Amino acid sequence: MKNLKNILILGAGTAGTIMANHLRKKVDLSSWRIQIVDEHPGHFYQPGFLFMPFGIYTEKDVVKPKRRFIPRGVEYVEAAVERIDAEKNRVRLADGSELRYDVLIIATGTRPVPSQTEGMEGGDWRKRVHDFYTFEGARALAAKMRDWKGGRLVVHISEMPIKCPVAPLEFSFLADSWLRDQGLRDKTEIVYVTPLSGAFTKPIASGILSHLLEEKGIRVLNDFNIARVDNEQHKIVSWDEKEVDYDLLVTVPVNMGAAMIERSGLGDELNYVPTDKHTLRSRQHKNIFVIGDATDVPTSKAGSVAHFEAEVLIQNILDFIRGDPLCSRFDGHANCFIESGRGKGFLLDFNYSLEPVPGRFPFAAFGPLALLGESRLNHWSKMAFKWAYWNLLLKARPIPFVDHKMSLAGKEIPSGALKAEAAT
Amino acid sequence: MSQKQIAGTTVDVNVEGYLTNHAQWNRDVAAALAKELGIELTEAHWKVLDFIDRDFKEKGVVPGMRRMNKVGGILTKDLYALFPDGPIKKAALIAGYPKPASCV
Repeated sequence: MKNLKNILILGAGTAGTIMANHLRKKVDLSSWRIQIVDEHPGHFYQPGFLFMPFGIYTEKDVVKPKRRFIPRGVEYVEAAVERIDAEKNRVRLADGSELRYDVLIIATGTRPVPSQTEGMEGGDWRKRVHDFYTFEGARALAAKMRDWKGGRLVVHISEMPIKCPVAPLEFSFLADSWLRDQGLRDKTEIVYVTPLSGAFTKPIASGILSHLLEEKGIRVLNDFNIARVDNEQHKIVSWDEKEVDYDLLVTVPVNMGAAMIERSGLGDELNYVPTDKHTLRSRQHKNIFVIGDATDVPTSKAGSVAHFEAEVLIQNILDFIRGDPLCSRFDGHANCFIESGRGKGFLLDFNYSLEPVPGRFPFAAFGPLALLGESRLNHWSKMAFKWAYWNLLLKARPIPFVDHKMSLAGKEIPSGALKAEAAT
Repeated sequence: MSQKQIAGTTVDVNVEGYLTNHAQWNRDVAAALAKELGIELTEAHWKVLDFIDRDFKEKGVVPGMRRMNKVGGILTKDLYALFPDGPIKKAALIAGYPKPASCV
C-alpha cells in the first residue's frame, strides 16, 4: 500500500466543515488522507443565537452533531489540540499523541473571552450581564428576557474586531420590536454602547443604521472603551472614566482566536493567524492555510465569508499540492442579512474595495433584494438561510445566488466609494 | 492636504492634522505637535512614541491597544494618563503616522 500524504483541518465549525466537503470532492483519496480535528461534538448554527433570546428559535434549531456534516472519506478526530509544531509539520493533541501533515488548514475560529475585561465575569455574570454569542449565553439570556419587567437595557461591544459585527445592532432592533410586542417598550430604555465612532464599521451603512437606531428611540454612545464592569453598582466604566448604568447588560466580550494559536506562536496579539488576504495562505508557512474567523484578513468575521473563502481556498490547495503557483484570489466578499425588527431586514454585500452601498441585489430565486434598504423579503431570506446553511452551505453545495467574487451589478456606487485595491 | 510651519520646519498635513510624509518628522516636530494638544513630552511619552515608530516600520500600521499592551509592554491606563481622550489617535499624530483604524 502506498504512503498517503495528509491534509489536516483543525476545527470542524463552519469553515472547517465546508473545507472537508470541498476536499472530499476534489482531492484524489488514493494519494491523500484527509483528517479533521475538533474537541466539541456539537455544530452550532451561530446566526441562530441572535433569535434565541426572543423565543424565535429554540435550542433544537441551532445545534446538530458535527459528525453528521463530515463526509465519508474524511476522518473525524474528536480531540483538543495542544499545539501546532509548524517547523516539524506536526500537531500535538491534548492526550500527547501527534498528527503529521503535509498541508494544514487552520479553521479554529474566534470566540468571546469575557475574562479579558476586568469584572465581566463577576457577580452579575449571567444574572444581569449576558452575551449571546455562545449557546450557553443565548440560552441564559432567553431565560432572563422572559422575566424582564423593564429598566435600562445596555447593548455593548467591548472591542473590535468581533464576529458578525452587525449582530449587536440586530439584537437592538429585535429587542425594540420584541419589547413593543410585550408591551414593555415604554418601560425599557435601550442604550447602544460602542467603541466605534459610528454605529457600524463602514461609513455609508453606518449613516443609514444610525438613522434607524434613532427612529427606534435607541440612544447611541460612541467611543466608549470599556475598562471594567462594576458589579456592585451595576455599571460599566470606560478607560476615560465614563460610566453607563445597566439593569441588563448584553455585551459582546473581547473576541480572540484559539488559545492554541498563541501556544503555537502563530498568532497576532488577538491570536489571529497572519494570513495573505488574497491567497489565504499563512504568511509564515507555505504549507499552512487559514480560513474563516481564524485569519487576520480585513473583512468581516462571518459565515458567508468562510463560504466564499472556501471556494478560493480549495483551488489554491489543489494548486499547491500540484506544485503550481496559487492562482485564486479572495476579494474580501461578505454578504450579510441584518434583521431590523418588525419582520423586516437589510442586506449588506461588500468586499475589500467596496463598502456596503445601496441598490438592488440580483437574486436568482425571487428577484432582486434591496441592498442597504429595509424590506420584508430580506427578513424572510434571513429566515430561509437556516435551511440553506444546514443543507447547502456546510456541504459545499453551490448556493444559487452568490459567487465568491462580489458583483457590482445593481449597486449604486457613490463617486469615490470604489477603491482600487493596492497590489500586495 | 495643506502645509504647516512647525518647530522651524514645513510639514504636509491632512485635514485632521496628521502628517502625510513621515520623512518630514523629527523629535522637535513631535514635541511641538504634542504641545498643540496640550501635552508636554516626557520619557514615558517617548517610550510609547518609540514603540509606535518601531512597530510601524515593521508592520506598516499604527499598533492597536492590545498590541501596545502585549508587544509594547505599555498599560492601557498609562496610555490614557499620558495621552488623554483618544490615546492612540493622539500618540499616532505626535509620532507622525496616519490616524489609526483603531477606535482610540
